[in-house]
Amino acid sequence: MSDQNAMLMLQRPRRRRPLHPGFRLTLGITLAYLGLLVLMPITAAVLKALELDWATFRELATSERAQAAYRVSFGLSLAAATINLVMGTLTAWVLVRYRFPGRRLVDAMIDLPFALPTAVAGIALATLYAQNGWLGAWLAPLGIKVAFTPLGILVALVFIGLPFVVRTVQPALQDLDRSLEEAAASLGASRFQALRWVVLRHLAPAALTGFTLAFSRAIGEYGSVIFIAGNIPFVSEIAPLLIVVHLEQYDYAGATVIAVAMLALSFALLLVINLLQRHTPGSQSRR
Amino acid sequence: MHTPFRILLAVLALALGTSVPAAELLNVSYDPTRELYKEVNDRFIQYWKAEHGELPRVRMSHGGSGKQARAVIDGLKADVVTLALAWDIQAIAERGLIEPGWRSELPHNSAPYTSTIVFLVRRGNPKNVRDWNDLGTPGIAVVTPNPKTSGGARWNYLAAWGAIIRTGGSEAEAEAFMTRLFRSVPVLDTGARGSTTTFVQRGIGDVLLVWENEAMLILEQFGRDQFEIIRPRLSVLAEPTVAVVDKVVRQRGNEELARSYLEFLYTPVGQTLAAKHHFRPRDLTVLKANADKFPSLDLFTVDDFFGGWDAVQAEHFANGGRFDRIFAAREK
Repeated sequence: MSDQNAMLMLQRPRRRRPLHPGFRLTLGITLAYLGLLVLMPITAAVLKALELDWATFRELATSERAQAAYRVSFGLSLAAATINLVMGTLTAWVLVRYRFPGRRLVDAMIDLPFALPTAVAGIALATLYAQNGWLGAWLAPLGIKVAFTPLGILVALVFIGLPFVVRTVQPALQDLDRSLEEAAASLGASRFQALRWVVLRHLAPAALTGFTLAFSRAIGEYGSVIFIAGNIPFVSEIAPLLIVVHLEQYDYAGATVIAVAMLALSFALLLVINLLQRHTPGSQSRR
Repeated sequence: MHTPFRILLAVLALALGTSVPAAELLNVSYDPTRELYKEVNDRFIQYWKAEHGELPRVRMSHGGSGKQARAVIDGLKADVVTLALAWDIQAIAERGLIEPGWRSELPHNSAPYTSTIVFLVRRGNPKNVRDWNDLGTPGIAVVTPNPKTSGGARWNYLAAWGAIIRTGGSEAEAEAFMTRLFRSVPVLDTGARGSTTTFVQRGIGDVLLVWENEAMLILEQFGRDQFEIIRPRLSVLAEPTVAVVDKVVRQRGNEELARSYLEFLYTPVGQTLAAKHHFRPRDLTVLKANADKFPSLDLFTVDDFFGGWDAVQAEHFANGGRFDRIFAAREK
């Protein structure tokens, strides 16, 4: 501690007041709000699942069919989020760095997957990609089936996750000081090197945040997927559908078992991604 | 007094004047009865007014049968439930909202109208599908919803199963047949309307397993030049059931209205409306008048043939039951 700091501390009253007022109040409100909105429903789900004994819980949570459904849900969500990571970053780049006619229109279009009811998205995609749909009719002769296959699920998940990466990367890209790139260039970096070491490095944390959001959203997605998936057990049955299957049998406990298993898996994955993010070069949150 | 204020007062007075509580009823039903109950309600309201001099209000809620039952269990204040299968009402009864023995409260096991499972094929029946044993053969894709998520689809499954057993098949043969049948299903939708869309709009599959009333509705809406109905020799008697939700009507004091509403379904007027909306009427006179529409078929019931829903549910649809095994076998 430097002398100057020690002096400052001496001058201050013993109980340090935070810089902004209302710390306790806002923290209290936040915790109560999150507790009510997030923690309570999750607790209710966990408690319901705990009504079952451990052996039944494990059997239901790890049955072959459930495992197949987790693989479909988590695997395709990861794939969809990865596609969105690449394409979303590219889209943000084009929207921020280039001026072209209709740019604002394209920019506004990005949010459409958010605004559209998911069922409408699912039905529209299924109509397009079915064997008699506009796109499906072209793909069928090539032997590519999209609707009612896992590929169809992927299309739906990419669609609903599209805005996340674009919307997180855009502001980061706007904030990026172009003089940094110019400095890199004047220091002898090639265009590719400047892109790789200056731009992408700066964008990585934002892009990863977008990736996480797109991924989490995809895991829980039900409405749009159900119309295009085919829903065949072991092939194209997503984990949320398995929850509904249990519910339709009035098997509330069974439904919450799958829900709790999904929750645990998602939480573990999100934790890993968060840790990754901390170690991403250029991250501000590194400590 | 300012004019706007006077208007406001007038509106308030009007609102108060008309808010004398009229008798009201909430009927929680399933999807394909939308058109039927719209007309039943209009006629019932007139009937009740003629008898009691007041105009009751009947509100409707439609959705998947199982979903609707869960809504009632979770607190939706339904006065009457009119669902796709007795099992869904039984689930409500098991939670104490409906008194045990509800199925004998009304005639015909509390099922005022019936239907059956038929085949819908494309015009001209290009794959020449005539009966159950034509299904599950190579080259014939069958579209049906998942019996685990769709109450209506449970009848499809039971119709196929029963048809094999009734024609002398063993349980092993029936299970093998069901495995072949479900192996030929390209899209397993979660609800009956979803399967209809898959078959009709997306052009997927050769045969749609469907309720007779839905099949007639499809012909009405999409034209007879595209599809035709094939009736198998044997099928199941689908019995959509109705019940008064005892606990709710007692709370709200409209038990008489609720009972009268369900009894109305059994009157010649109610039965004629059922027939008009493609449900098979119970009343023999009305049935005879609609003989062209409802050819007589050999139909077996869940109670006689399967020993009731509890048995069906435990054997076929519970976790690890026959249906799950059929799907596990599908993968090998």
